[in-house]
Amino acid sequence: MNVLDFAHAFFNDSAHWHGYDGIPTRFTEHLTYSLEALLIAAAIGLPVGLLTGHTGRGGNALALIATAGRALPSFGLLVLMVIWIGLGMLPVMIPLVVLAVPPILVTSYEAIRSVDPSPVDAARGMGMPEARVLFQVEVPVALPLILSGLRTAAIQIVSTATIAAYVGLGGLGRYIIDGLYQKNYEKVVGGATLVAGLALATLAVFWAASRLTVSPGVRRGG
Amino acid sequence: MNGFFDLPSDLQHSYLGLVGLHLREALLPVLAGLLVSLPVAQLCVRFRWIYPPVLGVTTVLYAIPSLAFFVVLIDYFGQSETTVMIPLALYSLVVLVPAIVDGVRSVPPETLAAAQAMGFGAVRRYFQVQLPIAAPAIIAGLRVATVSSISLVSVGMLIGNQGALGNMLYDAQIYHRPALAVNSVLTIAVLGILADAVLVLVRLLLTPWMPRKGTTR
Repeated sequence: MNVLDFAHAFFNDSAHWHGYDGIPTRFTEHLTYSLEALLIAAAIGLPVGLLTGHTGRGGNALALIATAGRALPSFGLLVLMVIWIGLGMLPVMIPLVVLAVPPILVTSYEAIRSVDPSPVDAARGMGMPEARVLFQVEVPVALPLILSGLRTAAIQIVSTATIAAYVGLGGLGRYIIDGLYQKNYEKVVGGATLVAGLALATLAVFWAASRLTVSPGVRRGG
Repeated sequence: MNGFFDLPSDLQHSYLGLVGLHLREALLPVLAGLLVSLPVAQLCVRFRWIYPPVLGVTTVLYAIPSLAFFVVLIDYFGQSETTVMIPLALYSLVVLVPAIVDGVRSVPPETLAAAQAMGFGAVRRYFQVQLPIAAPAIIAGLRVATVSSISLVSVGMLIGNQGALGNMLYDAQIYHRPALAVNSVLTIAVLGILADAVLVLVRLLLTPWMPRKGTTR
C-alpha cells in the first residue's frame, strides 16, 4: 500500500461523497471560510496599502507589521484564541484574518511604491485628481504585484483553515485530523489530496485573474 | 507569573530544551534550502529558460498546505522530525531561489568584466564577486524563509508531538493552562524576530561597504 492506493481507496468509497461529512459539504465549508477570511483581510489591507503606497508614508511601520505577521505562529494563535474565546467561528476567523492582512497590506504598498514615477507625474501634469492618479495609473501598473500579495494571503488562509480542523472547524482539514485520531490513514491521505487540490485551484484562479485583468502592456513590460 | 516557564513533564524537555529543539527543527530546513537553491539559482542565471519552470514548481510546492504535506510524508518517514523538516525545506525554496537569482543578476556586467580581466576563473568569480554582491538580496530572502519556518514548526504538533514549542499548545488545552499557549505563541514570535535581527546583523557584517543607514527593505 502506498499513498496513491490510500487516496484511491478513499475516493472510491461512496460513503465519502454525501452527508454532512461528505466531500461536497466539506469542500463548500472550506471554500466559504477561506473566501470570507480573504474578503475581510482584503477589505482591511487593500485600502490601507494603496493609500500608504500612494502617499509614501509609513513604510517602516509596514515593514514591522510584515515581520510581526510572519513571526506570529498561525497554529499557536488559533489554539490560543480557542482557549480564550471558546469554540466557534470567531476564534478561527481572527487568526485567519490577522495572518492574511500583512501580505496584502505590504505587497500592495510596495507595488504602488515601485510604479515608475514618470507616468504618475505625467498624469498629475495633465490635471488628474489624486484619486484618478491612484486608480487609473498606479493601480493598473501595480496590479500584478497586488494580485501576488492577494495570492500569498489566499494560500496561507487555505492552509491555516486546514489546521483549524484541530480546533473544531469543519472543512477539508476534518478528514486529516479525524483520520489521524482514528488511525484511518486512507482518510488522512484523501483529505491531504483534497486540500492540496484546493490550494492548486487557488493558484490557478489567481493565474487566470491576472491574465484577465492585467493590461497587456503592463504584462509585456513586467 | 509563577511557574510560567515550568512545563508539564510529558513534554520531556525543559523550556530551553524546547527552544533548542525548535530552532534546530526550523533552521536546518532553511540551511538545506539554501544549499539546494544556490546551485539551482546559478543554473537559472546561466540558462534563462529554466527559471520560469523552476519558479512554477516552487510556487506549487509552497501552495500545498503544511498539514497535507506532513501527513503524506508520514507514510515514508513516520511521525518524526524529518517529516516536519522536509516540507519546511521545500517551502524555503520559493523565497530563496528568486532572491538569489535577482541578487546574482544584479551584479553589473562591468564588475564581472573587471573580475575576468584580473584573471578570476568562473569559480573564483562566483565566490569572490557574485556571491558577496548578491549577499544583501540573499539575506533578505533568508530573513523571510527563516521567520516563516520558525512559525510553521509548531504545526508539527499535530503529527505525534513533533512541533517543539508547538507541543505546549496541546498541553495548554488538556491541562487547561492558557499560560502555556501564551508562552508558546510569544516564544515562537520572539524567536522569529530575534532570528530576523541576527540576519540583519550578519548582513551588516558581511557587507561593510554598504551604507549603514538607510532602508534596505
